[in-house]
Amino acid sequence: MTANPAADIAGAIRRGEKTASGVLEEHLARVQAREPEIHAFNLVLEENARDTAAQIDAAVARGVDPGPLAGVPIALKDNLCTRGVPTTCSSRMLAGWRPPYDATVVARVTAAGAVAIGKTNLDEFAMGSSTENSAFGPTRNPLDPSRVPGGSSGGSAAAVAAGFAPLALGSDTGGSIRQPAALCGVVGTKPTYGVVSRYGLVAFASSLDQIGPFARSVGDAALLFDVIAGHDPADSTSLAGAPPVASAALEHGVDGLRVGLVTELVGAEGLSGEVVAGTRAAAEALASAGAKVEEVSVPATVYGLSAYYLIAPAEASSNLSRYDGVRYGHRATGAADITDMYIASRSEGFGPEVKRRIMLGTYALSAGYYDAYYGQAQKVRTLIIRDFEVAYQSFDVLLSPTAPGTAFPLGAKTADPLLMYLNDVCTIPSNLAGHPAMSVPWGAGADGLPLGVQVLAPALGETVMFQVAATLERLAPAAGRKVES
Amino acid sequence: MSRSEWEMVIGLEVHTELRTATKLFCGCANHFGDEPNTNVCPVCLGLPGSLPVLNRTAVEYAIRIGTALHCTVQPSLFHRKNYFYPDMPKDYQISQYDVPINADGWLALPDGRRVGIERAHIEEDTGKSTHVGESGRIHGADHSLVDYNRAGVPLVEIVGRPDLRSGDDARIYVDELRAILVATGASDGKMEEGSLRVDANVSVRPRGAADLGTRCEIKNMNSLRSLGRAIEYEATRQITLLEEGGTVSQETRHWDEGTGRTSTMRSKEDAYDYRYFPEPDLVPIVPSEEWIRAVADALPPMPGDRRSAVAAAAKLAPDADPVVTVVRLDLDSLLHAAVAAGADGGLAVKRLANEVASSLERAAVLDPVAFATVVQMESRSALTPAQARTVLKDLLEGGGDPAAIAKAHGFEAMASDALADAVDQVIAENPGEWERFAGGEDKVQGFLIGKIKAATGGNADLKEASALLRGRRS
Amino acid sequence: MATPISTADVAHVARLARLALSDEELDQFTGQLAAVLAHAADIEALDTAGVPPTAHALPIHNVLRDDVVVAGVDREEVLAQAPAAESGRFRVPRILGEAP
Repeated sequence: MTANPAADIAGAIRRGEKTASGVLEEHLARVQAREPEIHAFNLVLEENARDTAAQIDAAVARGVDPGPLAGVPIALKDNLCTRGVPTTCSSRMLAGWRPPYDATVVARVTAAGAVAIGKTNLDEFAMGSSTENSAFGPTRNPLDPSRVPGGSSGGSAAAVAAGFAPLALGSDTGGSIRQPAALCGVVGTKPTYGVVSRYGLVAFASSLDQIGPFARSVGDAALLFDVIAGHDPADSTSLAGAPPVASAALEHGVDGLRVGLVTELVGAEGLSGEVVAGTRAAAEALASAGAKVEEVSVPATVYGLSAYYLIAPAEASSNLSRYDGVRYGHRATGAADITDMYIASRSEGFGPEVKRRIMLGTYALSAGYYDAYYGQAQKVRTLIIRDFEVAYQSFDVLLSPTAPGTAFPLGAKTADPLLMYLNDVCTIPSNLAGHPAMSVPWGAGADGLPLGVQVLAPALGETVMFQVAATLERLAPAAGRKVES
Repeated sequence: MSRSEWEMVIGLEVHTELRTATKLFCGCANHFGDEPNTNVCPVCLGLPGSLPVLNRTAVEYAIRIGTALHCTVQPSLFHRKNYFYPDMPKDYQISQYDVPINADGWLALPDGRRVGIERAHIEEDTGKSTHVGESGRIHGADHSLVDYNRAGVPLVEIVGRPDLRSGDDARIYVDELRAILVATGASDGKMEEGSLRVDANVSVRPRGAADLGTRCEIKNMNSLRSLGRAIEYEATRQITLLEEGGTVSQETRHWDEGTGRTSTMRSKEDAYDYRYFPEPDLVPIVPSEEWIRAVADALPPMPGDRRSAVAAAAKLAPDADPVVTVVRLDLDSLLHAAVAAGADGGLAVKRLANEVASSLERAAVLDPVAFATVVQMESRSALTPAQARTVLKDLLEGGGDPAAIAKAHGFEAMASDALADAVDQVIAENPGEWERFAGGEDKVQGFLIGKIKAATGGNADLKEASALLRGRRS
Repeated sequence: MATPISTADVAHVARLARLALSDEELDQFTGQLAAVLAHAADIEALDTAGVPPTAHALPIHNVLRDDVVVAGVDREEVLAQAPAAESGRFRVPRILGEAP
């Protein structure tokens, strides 16, 4: 395994040293060997991928450059629309639905030469932190199949960790890329809100959702980020102008950079001691590499979890209304009238966690409660943004743990939703603020499973965020278990 | 209490579709009457993953409407209005809620009274359901079929204040609003095609009372006539109820054109909880001062201004019927051209509101100068009114030179002595009637004038003829 | 602080959200929603007087599209995904009430 497998594959294919078809078969062989155990995919696109790889090889043979992701297999979270290819969100509600269009990110990676190898499993409609809330069964952590891969983008994290694909796309609403990246020992990035188009991402919470890359290295994550970032006229919340370049300063080190260790996130409820210790060790490593490291308080982040679990379900309750059995998706049979049909279809089509969030969000928006819940949560958002602004006057990036601990056993947190929600306590503030953040592997816990550390940056601060992440990657202690591939 | 002791209080909510080329949030054609589900895409079908992008022209049209209604055009937001209904593809409607693009304006009725406009906001239209079954109506249907061609068509909802006091008021208001909307170019104002839809909030109170009564919202009025009827019916229903000691309950009621009644659709108790919240997929609209000014500057004169101009030219009241007719039928440019060419405004308005209005399809080809000439000829009695009408009719049908047309008809100005001869002839031929007239029986004058008219082939100036008759009496 | 969520509240919300809950689910959701809302008591208690709400994290406005027709999707492709279709339209069970 090389340092930047995706970049190396693309380079070799562009130079004619490898074929996309050959690379694909290597990956398909690994899928064949371990997928039955891991269940990273809802659908493996063997035939489509072989066709695409053959086209890439033909292009290279004609002297045409297929692009920066030439022949790189990529796994796509199954909430990204793929034209004519089932897109399920791991929900019974959407089983078999074939979108008539591609998500903008899918079009972008395809145009850059990537080969979509499959649609990855997720918590239903991206609601969860373990990928156990999938209508098609859980995904297992490739490093220890008795453990979860995290979630909701658990299938994408597992696919990268298991070597099924060097790159994957996920979506992150409250930590759904970063937390599974930490639990699977890979790199996961949530971009600045508006930098990557959401067009074709099946919405969970529209004001928080962002698509981002998974990779085995910071360099590969930067490579994929730079392909998917950029304005899209089909998304009104997409930022105009040139996006930040993630790969611009990967080799620059951290000498002179100001790094703030966020007091409230290091002290957040439910974090294991080794997570806190690991994060402090990462901070010290950056200090020894020349960064100016201090603790900094971002007071309002303590309210992040509460605000998030009002805002995200509220938006979700509305976003998921359209699953009503009229135009697509599951329809219950035998209903006497339209209202019965709605109720039966939705009750059959959605799993318990989705129902729980719809209920919570409907309640938070309903008459008499809006001001106390949704309205108040939006004001807390303002406070979080203000407190981050203050911190970023003194710091270039901030540092925190990613997840409260290492990967936990399947079933460990399913009985208590609030306990599961606490997985996101460190990752949520960046979503509420619209800021970028990424998880980088940092050693392992006592159980030998990976830990992650989170780098946070201000809006459009991806360049410096990746710069610090690349430095952390070079300084990181030896990981525990790795899947050899 | 008698009916006259009650006062009706009416506020109208008018929805108008905008005449954009595309829908509000996607590039699908905004076109009435196409094959079902042929103007659809992921966005207006509410497919998972699709996102709305706002149509600039729709915003501009909304600003036109707000400006024409004297509203403040302000920075605004979109909200989601959540409810389940099959013609609503996302099961929420993107609308504007507490921060609309246009607020606090007014509309002047032709008689000068102002009706307050609370707001005029942008929202998306729904699809259309067809009910299949023996009745063809929603009740008793076996199933329904949904067409989303209309889903996402841009609408502006104009919420009027409760300043109207009768069904007639309501009709006049909607008529005027429709004329304004058409004048802005933002709407085609077709009530019968459903591009203009009106809901009415109706309450009654004892005349002189300060507080408003409980109101009912009336829906499903498809013409100005049914609007007036529905409001009058509903007010009578409420008055009867109150006079019998009952109370009006706040509810939505459905107007049935066939039975001429309103009936309960939905009571306040099962009112919807729309769970409004800011639409996260769209960003605020903040129209620049320059944009607002440019839109205002480009607006043509509104019907009220045009009526004032016509009224001034004709020395009539702005709500005089001929004035209203001339503006409604877009004949005021002919009027102003005729006046500029020296014609009498009052006479020109009369000819426009009558002869020209009755062959409106030909009015477009009427040469303003020729029209002015006919009016002038009539003003200086070179043509009698009857002759002028005939010349105008020919002009409308085939154009040409008014003087030549008059000559071809033999409408040489009838010399006064020729008319005098005719008068004398009629007196001689009708001695009995003449005697009675001469004896002071004025009602016989009509008979004698009729005879003079016949004798001159209609060419006589009847005013002059009657002066001659009276002159011969003494 | 708002009063704790009751089973009746949860039943009402389920109706609004067009979800049918069994009695068991109703009890379970009532407890779970109460726990999440209790956690949110920290922000309910926060003094946010004068703090504007944030609906969008980033301050952008006036994102507008030109009024130009773009080809949509093929009707047959869309109707093929529908649970039921008839005469070029989406077929649904009978509708009991008028639209709001």
